[in-house]
Amino acid sequence: MIFWELFFTFFRIGLFTFGGGYAMLPMIEQEVIAHSWLSMEELIDFIAVSESTPGPFAVNIATYIGTHTAGFPGALCATAGVVLPSFLIILFVARIFTKFKDSRTVQGIMTGLKPAVVGLIGAALFTLVLAVFAPDGISSVNVFSVPFLKHFLILCIVFYLNMRKVKPIRLVLVSAGLGILAGYLLELL
Amino acid sequence: MSGNVPALFTTFLKIGAFSFGGGYAMIPLIREEIVTKHGWLEDEDMIQMIAIAESTPGPIAINAATFVGYRTAGFPGALAATFGIVLPSFLIIFGLSFVLAKFKSFKPVAYAFDGIRAGVLVLVFRGLTTLYRQCEKNTLFYVLVLSAFVLEAFFKINAVYILIGAALIGSVSSYLCARKEVTK
Repeated sequence: MIFWELFFTFFRIGLFTFGGGYAMLPMIEQEVIAHSWLSMEELIDFIAVSESTPGPFAVNIATYIGTHTAGFPGALCATAGVVLPSFLIILFVARIFTKFKDSRTVQGIMTGLKPAVVGLIGAALFTLVLAVFAPDGISSVNVFSVPFLKHFLILCIVFYLNMRKVKPIRLVLVSAGLGILAGYLLELL
Repeated sequence: MSGNVPALFTTFLKIGAFSFGGGYAMIPLIREEIVTKHGWLEDEDMIQMIAIAESTPGPIAINAATFVGYRTAGFPGALAATFGIVLPSFLIIFGLSFVLAKFKSFKPVAYAFDGIRAGVLVLVFRGLTTLYRQCEKNTLFYVLVLSAFVLEAFFKINAVYILIGAALIGSVSSYLCARKEVTK
């Protein structure tokens, strides 16, 4: 049943996400594409929407995919699923925290998990780069095509602004503005 | 103590509605409300909260809300705070879901999203560098980063297995380090 599927998928995502934010992106990418709940392009668009609205990415994407696939009850199931593991684990940990903090086992696990999460987010970014710059596969990329150059130029400008510590929501707005500008300019040509 | 429950709900509702940019961006906001304004917890608790939120699974915002709620008013507090922090996201995204699909066929919006697709790469890169900077760098770190990247990007191994494997390697290596210290 779709509601169980949504609940359990997002429960699993919530349970295996360390480090917050985009740490869950690789798992979401895998699950969402495997279930064909969203296309890669829709997922990228939604990251931008999530950056421009308040709240954690995990909750935003769970609510969105839930609504998208099964309406309001779907949104409830997916969101409850992603929140529940955190909630239960923290309730448990808050009681035993003093022991937990200095536990060598926990510290050992974290020294392994942190680099793995960095690698996984790197892999997710790699997939996103391919989706934007090589939507029809790496062999058919034309570096001198209009869409490639347009995306590359926008990427460079936004990257520069990011280096100047511009806030994420402004980066989204600038990207949108550049997209509109480029779209209409290309229409004129 | 239980008198704090409604206040916890409204406080985290506010934090949920005004925190853009994810978990870490939300921590100063939580501190302002919980420590400075309400005095429910002390700065020492906030440090604990961050350590716990980072070393347990799940979004940092949810972890932080559950922890502060529990410390302030027990289980009802945890429930109120978590519910409060999720509700704004839930309602906003639920509402947007219907609007978004319709708007995308509108030309300027389609162009905007075309630009945003390139910009998003920078946002994910930003998240990646933030996390990278917090890590202690040594040989094991680079080996694990590279292996996780290759296994996920080129071999499409399920992320869960990669995480479990990395956790095992981390535990074994810290166990070995500890033994070395003892024998010295």
